[in-house]
Amino acid sequence: MNGPTKMKTDPLSLVFCALGGLVLLFIVAPLASMCIDCSRPEFTETLQDAEVQNSIWLTLSTSMAATLVFAFAAVPFAYLLARKDFPLKGLVTGIIDLPIVIPHSAAGIALFGVVSRTGFLGKAAGQIGLSFVGTGAGIALAMAFVSLPFLINAARDGFLAVPVRLEKAALNLGASPSRVFFTVSLPLAWRPILSGLILMWARGMSEFGAVLIIAYHPMVTPILIYKRFGEFGLEYARPVAVIFIAVCLLFFVAFRFLAREKQHAQR
Amino acid sequence: MLSVERISKTVGALKLKDISLEVRPGSYLVLLGASGVGKSILLETVAGLVQPDSGRLLLDGKDITNEKIQRRRIGLVFQDGALFPHISVYANIAYPLRCKKLKASAIRQRVTELAEDVGVAHLLKRSPTALSGGEIQRVSLARALAGEPRCLLLDEPLSSLDTKARFEMRALLRKIHRRSRQAIVHVTHDYTEAVALATHVAVMEHGTIVQSGTVHHIFQRPKSEFVAQFVGIKNFFKGNLRDPDSGQGKTKHFRTDGLDFSVLTDGAPGSGFVCIRSEDVTISNGVFSGQDAATRQAHTSARNNFEGTILDIIPAGPGMEVIIDIGRDKPMELAAMVTSESVKSLGLHCGKKVSASFKASAAKYIEQ
Repeated sequence: MNGPTKMKTDPLSLVFCALGGLVLLFIVAPLASMCIDCSRPEFTETLQDAEVQNSIWLTLSTSMAATLVFAFAAVPFAYLLARKDFPLKGLVTGIIDLPIVIPHSAAGIALFGVVSRTGFLGKAAGQIGLSFVGTGAGIALAMAFVSLPFLINAARDGFLAVPVRLEKAALNLGASPSRVFFTVSLPLAWRPILSGLILMWARGMSEFGAVLIIAYHPMVTPILIYKRFGEFGLEYARPVAVIFIAVCLLFFVAFRFLAREKQHAQR
Repeated sequence: MLSVERISKTVGALKLKDISLEVRPGSYLVLLGASGVGKSILLETVAGLVQPDSGRLLLDGKDITNEKIQRRRIGLVFQDGALFPHISVYANIAYPLRCKKLKASAIRQRVTELAEDVGVAHLLKRSPTALSGGEIQRVSLARALAGEPRCLLLDEPLSSLDTKARFEMRALLRKIHRRSRQAIVHVTHDYTEAVALATHVAVMEHGTIVQSGTVHHIFQRPKSEFVAQFVGIKNFFKGNLRDPDSGQGKTKHFRTDGLDFSVLTDGAPGSGFVCIRSEDVTISNGVFSGQDAATRQAHTSARNNFEGTILDIIPAGPGMEVIIDIGRDKPMELAAMVTSESVKSLGLHCGKKVSASFKASAAKYIEQ
């Protein structure tokens, strides 16, 4: 059996448990402390603050929009990466991971050069009356730039896990390549793709550096938290952070649950 | 109907070299070969999933070497069935029909017919993940037949099945072949499948076809040592199995060309084949008849004892193959593998009368 086995109380497992506990504490303690330190009146007042509400809605919606729009290109691209060999494939794979490793403020600067009114994309968009700097579209671009690798990598791994034999069988049964993609490959890789979509969406929501460069206004929640911390201090920033984390967690858990339900339904 | 002409293909370490085959309408060709000789690659090349490096494929006289996979009308049943796990059994069988954009009512009718034909009508709503190995192969077969292929390719369809499922699947393949005269190419490493199903056999070694012909031709006249070792059976008789007169026990009678063999088998009465390895046949000097024959029968565990004349003695690997004519009404050859010491000590030579014996358990019965 290759799966996890029931944990025994041997010394090595106990040592690993202790180390794991420390890691968990490191993640949970600051979040728990922040929630405990946030008083109820502060929390209620912030919850009713229109600026906070608008900011959270903007963050959720732009990240969702960025995820869905880019998925149309990213998922077929991931299929290509999983199934085809082509020159410089290694380089292409490396480029996809680039946004993960470069500092996000640097990514924002790079993107700004392209989408600003003097950049080629900004210029082209300007001709049809569209602007990226200081707009929701610009925020979505910044979020997508830093979070796309999560979707592409998850989708590629999902497609790789689909047996090529099944696609061959579908072709042999008379299906066109596009029919094979939509009726066999995509449904079988759906769960990893959904995980990738959730990850991309969540990563986009938490983006600060790149969005700050492209669009300080309208203000997404990470920037609002930073602004309140800088201008009014920890007490004003904390309730916004708690609410934002709670909303993100709520959606994250809900989507994960849906993804799991989908998997059970397929069994 | 299907002609494979000098197909060559290299995939990693696997090499197909100048493969030529002819599949006639209504024939059942079994492609025999050990694992890793390129049988599956050959099938995928014929199906169009792999493009050959050289050579060509003709179907009904038309060159299909570069024809699109979808237009070839060559069905392929994969070794593990390759059913789509995310859709029901019904949707799996309906898949090729939906590709043809048939009406829902026509699809329903055809799926129902096919499911009844292969015995999976009660499984249509199930998920393929909840099927047994035999059921998977039946559904996969129905799905391939739904595409109405001119030629059906089966890639080791019985290899992952247990004994009972294998027998049932063999019977189903025989039924389909007999009824529709569907041209079939069946790849396997198991010679008993060839005996049970094939009208023609081709033997593959090192990526090339080393011998092809009818079942009798291949089994009784192996062209090379490899073929002889691989098919391994020279004693190969067609006939009818019937229950013992007493109706008790598993030892049954097999009648072939005027001779009766005792055969230890669970097989049902009917026509079939009996195979006996030449290593399982023993030779003794002297001919027993009348009372002597009954005495001999009483003193040996071998249920099959025949008198015959040695026709030939052929060196075969480490031993000698002695061919004995045990026929009564017409010649019937039985091969026995003995050591060269036995040939000397028994004084065996062509024309000598000897007795040949083999046990009922050494006679392997294969249903036709």
